[in-house]
Amino acid sequence: MKKDIIICGVGGQGILSIATIIGEAATRAGLYLKQAEVHGMSQRGGDVQSNLRLSTEPIWSDLISEAGAELIISMEPMESMRYLSYLSKDGKVVTNSKPFVNIPNYPAEDALQKELDALPSVKLDIEEVAKDCGNPRGANMVLLGMAAPAIGILSVEDLRNAIATVFARKGEQVVEANLKAFDAGVKAATE
Amino acid sequence: MKKLLLGDEAIALGAINAGLSGVYAYPGTPSTEITEYIQNDPLAKERGIHSRWCTNEKTAMEAALGMSYAGKRALVCMKHVGMNVCADAFVNSAITGVKGGLIVLAADDPSMHSSQNEQDSRFYAKFALVPCLEPSNQQEAYDMMAYGFDLSEKLGEPVVLRVVTRLAHSRAAVEVTEPMAENPFSPATDAWVLLPGIARKKYAVLLEKQETMMQASENSIYNKVETSSSKTGILACGIAYNYVKEAIGDDANLVKVSQYPLPEDKIKTLAAGCDELLIVEDGQPVVEELVKGLLGADYPVKGRLTGDLPRTGELTPDNVAKALGKKTGAVFAPAQNMAARPPQLCQGCGHRDVYTALNQVLAEYPEHRVFGDIGCYTLGALPPFQSLSSCVDMGASITMAKGAADAGLFPAVAVIGDSTFTHSGMTGLLDAVNDKSNITVIISDNLTTGMTGGQDSAGTNKFEAICLGLGVEPEHVRVVVPLPKNMPEITQVIKEEIEYKGVSVIIPRRECIQTFARHARERKQGK
Repeated sequence: MKKDIIICGVGGQGILSIATIIGEAATRAGLYLKQAEVHGMSQRGGDVQSNLRLSTEPIWSDLISEAGAELIISMEPMESMRYLSYLSKDGKVVTNSKPFVNIPNYPAEDALQKELDALPSVKLDIEEVAKDCGNPRGANMVLLGMAAPAIGILSVEDLRNAIATVFARKGEQVVEANLKAFDAGVKAATE
Repeated sequence: MKKLLLGDEAIALGAINAGLSGVYAYPGTPSTEITEYIQNDPLAKERGIHSRWCTNEKTAMEAALGMSYAGKRALVCMKHVGMNVCADAFVNSAITGVKGGLIVLAADDPSMHSSQNEQDSRFYAKFALVPCLEPSNQQEAYDMMAYGFDLSEKLGEPVVLRVVTRLAHSRAAVEVTEPMAENPFSPATDAWVLLPGIARKKYAVLLEKQETMMQASENSIYNKVETSSSKTGILACGIAYNYVKEAIGDDANLVKVSQYPLPEDKIKTLAAGCDELLIVEDGQPVVEELVKGLLGADYPVKGRLTGDLPRTGELTPDNVAKALGKKTGAVFAPAQNMAARPPQLCQGCGHRDVYTALNQVLAEYPEHRVFGDIGCYTLGALPPFQSLSSCVDMGASITMAKGAADAGLFPAVAVIGDSTFTHSGMTGLLDAVNDKSNITVIISDNLTTGMTGGQDSAGTNKFEAICLGLGVEPEHVRVVVPLPKNMPEITQVIKEEIEYKGVSVIIPRRECIQTFARHARERKQGK
């Protein structure tokens, strides 16, 4: 069994934290893992993505093939569609619905949302949900929660444990706040 | 014990556990994380392993060679273009030879994710006549550090270890070994004096070692052979091996190439049993050209030069699968509502205020040109500023402005960052002072090496002294604070210094907002 995931967004939105948590959970679960990240110039407000490959068998390539990703997890709606050539036939897009506009030629929002609705996608204003949870900086954890049921190869509980581990050094409160945001995401996805 | 490590981190930990005594480096994507890992590693700290950043790749290479001279194991790390900066020291280190193991780590960037070219460091290894190791995965990257140091000490030569972005910046589990002891202090006793008479003898010694290097490649555990009934033979170099295996699994007649010089006998044997060879290598067609020479014009060799793989850009599982005759392709059509999202200067960044002021002043001088340099501030070439006419290599802003001014261009302005200035700008400034060139140099000082993630900058707190020491007149070394509220003062200073017929230096100084935030967090955590 394998799961190829593209995690994407805009530099600074916290996509590497999502990748780190899934990576932690996968390592604990004894899965093989490869995770290609983007560092350097592309982090400065530009588009960023991480290729995360999980499998019960050894993995060769660090990069995902075209039509190979079962899941695209995106912190930004337009960015969620940048990597469509990598989405597999039965793949799914899980994305924030709220645009991050830092370019002058950002597409018209109605058309963008319509195109997104035509895809096998789940979208939600994760920043709003995070605020409702009292953790406005936890939008990426809401998104991870939304994606959790679709990750499949790891259970929701595996991911919760990984959040607790990754944030442990920041204290109990931070762990609780992130778990709350994550749970809200899971709830939104399963409702 | 298994650890989840970036390729760069695997190299760093591999080096520490192989008895490293010092890493010497200048930050550069995708190599930066190697030195950062060593700086933060508990054992490296306990052992007092040298890991402070160097001023540039040449000083790094020379210091590493000095540590090797003293008998210790040294690592020098850089991005591919850093090899150009240290080339003099590197090429001649092959002539002097080494004492303690010396690994020269070059991180290449095919597809130019964060670089100005995609030069291939394997050429440098061949040029200097030294071995090159090219790991295919994170585990090999780790293992090759001990292996590489041993090889270097056995041959008495530096060894190049070449990685590409996709290995440097990709994570996987690595089996970690117990740390070895450092080498004892035991300086070389033979003369490393490359006077012509000695250099000729040492060059002959280097040439004699070539046969040993070839044998090491033939027998290397990293240059393994896999066989099948296929009539297409494959040379899979470095991480290309992964893409080949992803596409065709065990049905491959191949030689995996992870140690150079090329294992010629293995390649000839493969060719003899096949009808054609496909060369799969990330970067430039180094091996493809060599193999064409090795097998003769009549033997069909395919690769990047024949168009079976793209001539430029990195390998991907898709372009390799296609070259192997596998069907690939997207299911979903590209999105209609899509726009490029290029990187940009952070909101609140001091470089922004510098460009705002510069553009405002220079609007009055239609003939002006601004020569840029390498760093975050290169983004001043893009909208909304579009201020820059050039960006070539580290330090070129000052010297290009000087040359253009010598040719009559006015105003000729250079914009260079603090770290880039100490890396390669100072010598050019001395040239300009000695020639009384009519240039205005802006050293945009954000107190850090910003683009690579905020490493310490070698010249912090020393820039006025450096400029004065190089002979810039004291009244033409001006310091301003780049903030929107200071715009009238900054524009006035720029205007005055452009009007001054000679070398002026303006230093807009305000800490990078990213490192400022990080330092605030560290203070809060009581670090």
